[in-house]
Amino acid sequence: MFSLEARLKRQAVFDLLFRSLTRAAAFGVLALLAAIILSLVLGSMPAINTFGLGFLFSSEWDPVNDKFGALIPIIGTLVTSGIALFIAIPVSFGIAVFLTELSPRLLRRPLGIAIELLAGIPSIIYGMWGLFVFAPMFADNIEPWINRHIGSMPYIGPFFSGPPMGIGMLAAGIILAIMVIPFIASVMRDVFDVVPAMLKESAYAVGATTWEVMWNVVLPYTKVGVAGGIMLGLGRALGETMAVTFVIGNAHEISKSLLMPGNSISSALANEFNEAVGELYTSSLIELGLILFFITFVVLSIARFMLYKLGQREGKVT
Amino acid sequence: MNSKLKQLIIGIAAATVVVYAGTSQAVDITGAGATFPYPVYAKWADAYKTKTGIGMNYQSIGSGGGIKQILAKTVDFGATDAPMTPEEQEKNGLTQFPTVIGGVVPVINLEGVDAGQLKLSGEVLADIFLGKITKWNDSRIVADNKGVKLSDQDITVVHRADGSGTTFIFTTYLSQVSPEWKSSVGADKAVSWKTGTGGKGNEGVASYVQRIKGSIGYVEYAYALQNKMNGVQLKNREGHFVKPDEDSFKAAAANANWDKSKGFFEILTNEPGKGSWPITGATFILVYKTQDKAATGQEVLKFFDWAFSNGSKMASELDYVPLPENVQKMIRASWKEQVKDASGKTIWK
Repeated sequence: MFSLEARLKRQAVFDLLFRSLTRAAAFGVLALLAAIILSLVLGSMPAINTFGLGFLFSSEWDPVNDKFGALIPIIGTLVTSGIALFIAIPVSFGIAVFLTELSPRLLRRPLGIAIELLAGIPSIIYGMWGLFVFAPMFADNIEPWINRHIGSMPYIGPFFSGPPMGIGMLAAGIILAIMVIPFIASVMRDVFDVVPAMLKESAYAVGATTWEVMWNVVLPYTKVGVAGGIMLGLGRALGETMAVTFVIGNAHEISKSLLMPGNSISSALANEFNEAVGELYTSSLIELGLILFFITFVVLSIARFMLYKLGQREGKVT
Repeated sequence: MNSKLKQLIIGIAAATVVVYAGTSQAVDITGAGATFPYPVYAKWADAYKTKTGIGMNYQSIGSGGGIKQILAKTVDFGATDAPMTPEEQEKNGLTQFPTVIGGVVPVINLEGVDAGQLKLSGEVLADIFLGKITKWNDSRIVADNKGVKLSDQDITVVHRADGSGTTFIFTTYLSQVSPEWKSSVGADKAVSWKTGTGGKGNEGVASYVQRIKGSIGYVEYAYALQNKMNGVQLKNREGHFVKPDEDSFKAAAANANWDKSKGFFEILTNEPGKGSWPITGATFILVYKTQDKAATGQEVLKFFDWAFSNGSKMASELDYVPLPENVQKMIRASWKEQVKDASGKTIWK
């Protein structure tokens, strides 16, 4: 009797201990997040005080005279990520449709695994491949073609003309596209699988083609999840550092042409942080980090929210 | 667990312990900074370890990083390509001395132009990097290059994307020869470039120049040699075109006016002398004047003393120019005067 009581007591204590440990772990992460934001804000205070909101709109980056602005890296980050999504979304959609609807059963698993493996390749490998293999090929074969055919078009021409260097915003965007395709494609495949077979079969039964089923039944049913997957890909593209640094050209310049070098927030940080001398220089770089943190935080929050909405609808027939 | 695997893990763990025990016995010295002298420091460290058993651990994280580390006192010495001014040395309680001399070389990727064939003056070089000269057949380039085939190819400028002592030396030179460069860009480890694309590190610039047709960049001499790049001839202060090599670096160094009272603050760009390479620079070591751990401080000085006496050949093999004998003497004298232990006694004997 006595021993049972003691054992129960001990177990209660153990339970309490276990609970507080897990709680500490969970809240520890939150505390860490808060600490990171706090240190970023504190670190960027000198730059915030000196440049104010103008930091976001100034294209100057002059370490000699201590004048800094974030416009070029912000534009570079958004433009390269935009190009990446522009290419990655249709390709990922194609992959997901093929895997869920068209592929022979035998191929489904190996192809799915291959795409997931792509996601596991370290980004530095993409960067090296981009610089040593992709960039020379791009400069010799693709960019001259772009220059000749698209560069002379009205309105969009100026965005596609410039010396064929193989490195620049467009090259960075394409490399990023290859990197985010596995993320978007695997989320799309998963959400397409969620669509009740009954819905699709009903559509096929009334004579819809595969395309019509995808476009009119599957996509409307999963649109929130698809958008969530795209946001996850965007989150990855925004923060990608090494692969972009290798091919973007790292120039603090605004250029209309996508073939010209630019800079992104993460590659500016990777290149310059180590050698930044002086309080204002370091602090400006930290503020760049804060801006990137803010952008990715917003994007990921939206993605989470959308996936959550999808989770709520799962299984319900609309 | 598989017993073989277990044995292997135990073996690795034991080996790690042995290695740690082995290194902790000697007073190893640590340094961090400039990437430019890293190859020669590493070679010296290796030879020194074989001879004395004392290791020197050098992290080539860049000049700016080296200065940060020595100010944070996480290393025994810092290394920088851009010399610290006498005032800053004073303020931080540091003393400085040079170790080896090297040169920065403009390199090009231009079809139909042989290695070392292209000649440029400092003003033209500055205007190319300012983005004012944009074609290879610009009349000002052609004027110095009679008989060289130059087409109307676009010039692509390649510069460093990271802060660098190499950039400091290069932009210091451009500021000396071009008033416009001085007023609109200036000289620093990182500057606001007017044109071009940025590569990370000497190797980044080298690979961009090799990849982009019609490009011009600047790298340390050793990188230009190792990558077999097409270096240009530059017009020096006395109007002679010179090739970048050990002789022209030596000629520039010979005209330097070293002064130990100023912590050897001396920039070797645009030196007089018929054979002087105009973009020459030394690389420097920073140590604290007051050494809290006198024994370690002494080891640092001993290491560089040994390197000066025995390391010149190794430096030459790696395409650096060793310091002249008289400068080495001045450096040893400066240690005696400047570097003290906590009680104020000199630690260099």
